[in-house]
Amino acid sequence: MAEADREHGAGVETRELVVPRVSEAERAAALDDRDDREFYASQWQLMRRRFFRHKVAVGATVVLGMLYLAALFSPFLSPHDPVLRSLAYKEAPPMVVRWFAEGRLRGPFVYPLTSELDRETYENVYQEDRAQRYPVKLFVRGFEYKLLGLFASDLHLFGTGVEGVPVHLFGTDALGRDVFSRTLYGAQISLSVGLVGVAISFFLGILIGGVAGFFGGTVDEVVQRLIEIIIGIPSLPLWMGLSAALPTGWPVLKMYFAITVIVSLIGWTSLARVVRGKFLSLREEDFVVAAKLAGRRDLPTIFLHMVPSFLSHIIASLTLAIPSMILAETALSFLGLGMQPPAMSWGVLLKAAQNVHSIALAPWLMIPGLFVIITVLAFNFVGDGLRDAADPYASH
Amino acid sequence: MVDYLIRRFMNMLLALIVISFLSFVIIQLPPGDYLTSYITRLRAQGELVSEEMVASLTLQYGLDKSFMGQYWKWITNFVQGDMGQSFRYQTPVNELVWERIGLTLVISTSSLIFIWVVAFPVGIYVAVRQYSPGDYVATFFSFIGLAVPNFMLALVLMYVSFRYLRIDVGGLFSLQYQDAPWSFGKMIDLLGHLWIPTIVLGSAGTAGLVRIMRANLLDELRKLYVITARAKGLTENRIVMKYPVRVALNPFISTVGWTLPQLISGATITAVVLNLPTTGPLLIDALLAQDMFLAGSFIMLLSILTVIGTLISDLLLIVIDPRIRFEKKAN
Repeated sequence: MAEADREHGAGVETRELVVPRVSEAERAAALDDRDDREFYASQWQLMRRRFFRHKVAVGATVVLGMLYLAALFSPFLSPHDPVLRSLAYKEAPPMVVRWFAEGRLRGPFVYPLTSELDRETYENVYQEDRAQRYPVKLFVRGFEYKLLGLFASDLHLFGTGVEGVPVHLFGTDALGRDVFSRTLYGAQISLSVGLVGVAISFFLGILIGGVAGFFGGTVDEVVQRLIEIIIGIPSLPLWMGLSAALPTGWPVLKMYFAITVIVSLIGWTSLARVVRGKFLSLREEDFVVAAKLAGRRDLPTIFLHMVPSFLSHIIASLTLAIPSMILAETALSFLGLGMQPPAMSWGVLLKAAQNVHSIALAPWLMIPGLFVIITVLAFNFVGDGLRDAADPYASH
Repeated sequence: MVDYLIRRFMNMLLALIVISFLSFVIIQLPPGDYLTSYITRLRAQGELVSEEMVASLTLQYGLDKSFMGQYWKWITNFVQGDMGQSFRYQTPVNELVWERIGLTLVISTSSLIFIWVVAFPVGIYVAVRQYSPGDYVATFFSFIGLAVPNFMLALVLMYVSFRYLRIDVGGLFSLQYQDAPWSFGKMIDLLGHLWIPTIVLGSAGTAGLVRIMRANLLDELRKLYVITARAKGLTENRIVMKYPVRVALNPFISTVGWTLPQLISGATITAVVLNLPTTGPLLIDALLAQDMFLAGSFIMLLSILTVIGTLISDLLLIVIDPRIRFEKKAN
């Protein structure tokens, strides 16, 4: 931001210098060119304006917001209990919500599926039973849950409201559990792991990187070497080794935090690099020297002057670090070394789609992977947008 | 220059020490020492384990010593090529790892070559034709390539080829070559199977490198010497290829440093999905069965591979880039 302030200041200066030499018309044109508000907008206002100009990033932000809302309200949005097994619907394909029957609009409805065993392949073959239509209603009563762990309810956004007639939008898994509901529940772990992991990495990165950059010398040298070494180690085998050492009997919450810590043990390095670089370059800046000359001690100098000036960069780097955390958890759980089955995360769900046989028969089991991709893409776009917005030298 | 080389080697040595320490910590991490679990397993199989045998095993693994003592014993043995005993397979770890490490190396190298061969022309094209349809297509694919995890790509490729081409793309060898000794036929067979893991592993790296190449080359193309060259009437091809590309070439060499760890990581998980006879599946098995000497040795060897790869890339960078060469000399 300090850099931006300087640029902003420079803008005012040139304007004043240039004005006497140009004609009145040219001056008006120059002012029209550059939005007048730019000259007295605060740094954060400038950043927000630049970010909103980045249409893809704004779109991605909306997508992310929807995903996180869906994770928060997953019990309400889920038509079925994610752990409820169903014998009649094992590896059933996604059901189609239909609108028209007999050439007329009949509102949203589903046909229940009936299964038949194929005598040759011994697979269940599902067919729609067109004898009766079951309308899909909004706000139906279903299984009981506690929203946000506080409000008990049995209200669900949609469903047939008829016992034994499910709506499986994404089909079911080998035990007959609803993949749509499980994907929504899985979002809770998969989406939050990135945030918690980044928070831990952020703490480690800013502490270690800040110390290295501010004090320099031997400390810096040691930290630099350490970071180089950690970056040079292939992370997945190391994560696997560490998480394999976790006791299998741990409760979900404990396991969750252990996995997050393991993932961020390596993730802090890139953040520490960014922080260190910023500290090094800012240390020599005039405003830091001025603060020192004015008698500020080290810590206030760091937190009142230096940190605010690169906070925007840090936020951008943090956003870009989240996807790798999400991918790490997904990979570990997918391999069976991360979260374990009673817990639901996208990686755990994808474990069902690990071999050719199951994905050939039930390709819809790969749907949670689609959500991983969408989330990672969205975070990348938002991070890019933030980085461009935070860069004071970006072209407007 | 010599100073730089010495420092570089010292760094590598330091990295190896830290890595070996980490690997040993992983070996030690599971609750209870490995000997206890080994003896429990033997007893569970109905074997008689005498007190003397326990004592001799304790001595063999140095379990009577402190943590550092045990580490020292393990690392000295490791350097001499004795990586301990796999409890699960009842054979020295040595016999299990080499072929798998070799195949991992083959896959990683072929992916690296794939990354270079694709990213180089594409990177140049999108920089020279900035904002052309080709640029947008490449940008789109590079975002996708970075966002799709390796194993998802492997799953999708497997599904598509199974569903529409009716072939099973898993494995590295056809059935008749699976356990056959190495021969010319087996080599050809390997090449026929190698392309899927290569594409799967190379996708993310290619995407990243195209982005870097594009950014670097765009920076170079704006410089004054390019305008000078154009003013002198050089053909556009010559202008681009003669200087800017050579400058922008650096990331191709230096990326070995960051792509290699990623490739090895990716190879681990992709191998599980595609059922490749590389380190991945065996490492998973070893970790799940807490066969820690095997797992620790794998992690150690994979890391050593990476460190050596990075060293090679640094040395190549000195050879290729005179700026680095002379800067080091001047210091």
